[in-house]
Amino acid sequence: MHYAILCYHDEGAVAALSREADDALMAELAVVRRKLADQLGPVARLMPTTAATTVRAGTEPLVIDGPFAETKEQLLGFYVVDCATLDEAIEAARLLLAPRTAAGLRSALEIRPISLFHPRGGAA
Amino acid sequence: MSQLDWIDAALASARPQALGALLRYFRDLDRAEEAFQEACLRALKHWPVNGPPRDPAAWLILVGRNAALDEVRRRSIEEPLPADELISDLDDAEAAIAERLDSSHYQDDVLRLLFICCHPDLPATQQIALALRIVSGLSVREIARGFLVSESAMEQRITRAKRRVAAARVPFETPGGPERAERLGAVAAMIYLLFNEGYSASGGEAHVRVPLCDEAIRLARLLLRLFPGEPELMGLTALLLLQHARARARLDAEGAIVLLEDQDRTAWDAPMIAEGLVLVEKALRHRRSGPYQVQAALAAVHARAARPEDTDWGEIDRLYAALEALQPSPVVTLNRAVAVARLHGPEAALAMVEPLAERLSGYFHFHGLRGALLGELGRAGEARVAFERAIGLAHTAAEAAHIRLHLDRLLEDTGSKGPRQSPRRER
Repeated sequence: MHYAILCYHDEGAVAALSREADDALMAELAVVRRKLADQLGPVARLMPTTAATTVRAGTEPLVIDGPFAETKEQLLGFYVVDCATLDEAIEAARLLLAPRTAAGLRSALEIRPISLFHPRGGAA
Repeated sequence: MSQLDWIDAALASARPQALGALLRYFRDLDRAEEAFQEACLRALKHWPVNGPPRDPAAWLILVGRNAALDEVRRRSIEEPLPADELISDLDDAEAAIAERLDSSHYQDDVLRLLFICCHPDLPATQQIALALRIVSGLSVREIARGFLVSESAMEQRITRAKRRVAAARVPFETPGGPERAERLGAVAAMIYLLFNEGYSASGGEAHVRVPLCDEAIRLARLLLRLFPGEPELMGLTALLLLQHARARARLDAEGAIVLLEDQDRTAWDAPMIAEGLVLVEKALRHRRSGPYQVQAALAAVHARAARPEDTDWGEIDRLYAALEALQPSPVVTLNRAVAVARLHGPEAALAMVEPLAERLSGYFHFHGLRGALLGELGRAGEARVAFERAIGLAHTAAEAAHIRLHLDRLLEDTGSKGPRQSPRRER
């Protein structure tokens, strides 16, 4: 079975950490990642929500600045796409949204640039 | 990493919202600050024992209000408030209460807190000092160190600024659209000033004072989180990120300035650049240009060039032309001349620079650039005079040392004939 483990915290508090404290945290997490090497798939650290863009279903898909902020909906899945520009990523999100809209779902897809990416998170 | 690091970070993150809400209740900055201080003291006592609350800002607002009202409660009939012990656990109580108190106000509370620091009567340095004290919560000692002044001088500066702000009576009603836009503009300008204060010290040895830059970026992100659809705030945040990404490469081991084209680009902060580029892209999608966006786009052109020779000078020239149209200023024209020199040679650039002589006679970079262009054209005598003027106007030792380097090379080269490349192109 594959499991996704999603990380939540107040991003303001993470940003308020000193560089030393953040480096120390990242170093400790790297140790755990190596310990989990046989089980761990992709690992990503996302950019702050200020870098987010949300594509929401509508008669025409709506492109909205900022993260997906509703609390009624739940996180049901995610994709990782490799795009040269934000416009390309928005286009990918539109394509991924279309079948959902056709099925009558009023979904939202949040695009969050990835600041740190390890395709095989457990590799040194 | 200790538990204290997390508590400090959580308090710093919650501060603008909590203090902003307390200011709205008490309508008095000193009282709001005292209430917040008291709440922080209690947090330091309770959080390590009971675990951090799910919504630290809501906890601090309630506890701060509670503490401040303790005295008042003795004299008048107040609605009883929950003891902070009851709301310090991990359940949702404080979140629900905070929602009732706050949800519609959060944005404007934080904006008001930032805006009271931007009173037009306050000189720029006082605005920045006040914002660092009130919004960021830096100690007077930290701020004094950042500005390279004594602690008592900074204490005085902040006290004076606070008195002025109190007298100015910023309205507490929810602002209308145009008023909010005006506040945003003033706050953005203050954040930019704060960044520049850190980026280029005006009179000290330390050419880059990183904590001030970090704090400016933190405030810009805070503002953008509140107003995520404002392209100029995206531009401002991007601009600060893209410039600050170069901090490590801007000075060499001896503290001398390293010009953009001589910097070790592998020392640039790649995640910061990536975030800045995303924000520039997001902003440009709005097709509502503004000065911060254009400046961010300029910084992005440099950030995208892996090597100096990959720089798209044509794009830089176009962007400066756009900036000249938005915000005409001789300094913008001076910067454009650098691109023109690359595209069309030093003669064309010098022709662009000379008419600025009167307005920029007291400006370090004017004489520095003019000297470099004259040097390139082989007019060594005039170049030397220009460089000497620049040294006289340098604000920091690093600036002066950089120009001295130009002068030394000019002297070494005296005797060589004909137009030559400026020293900055060699290496």
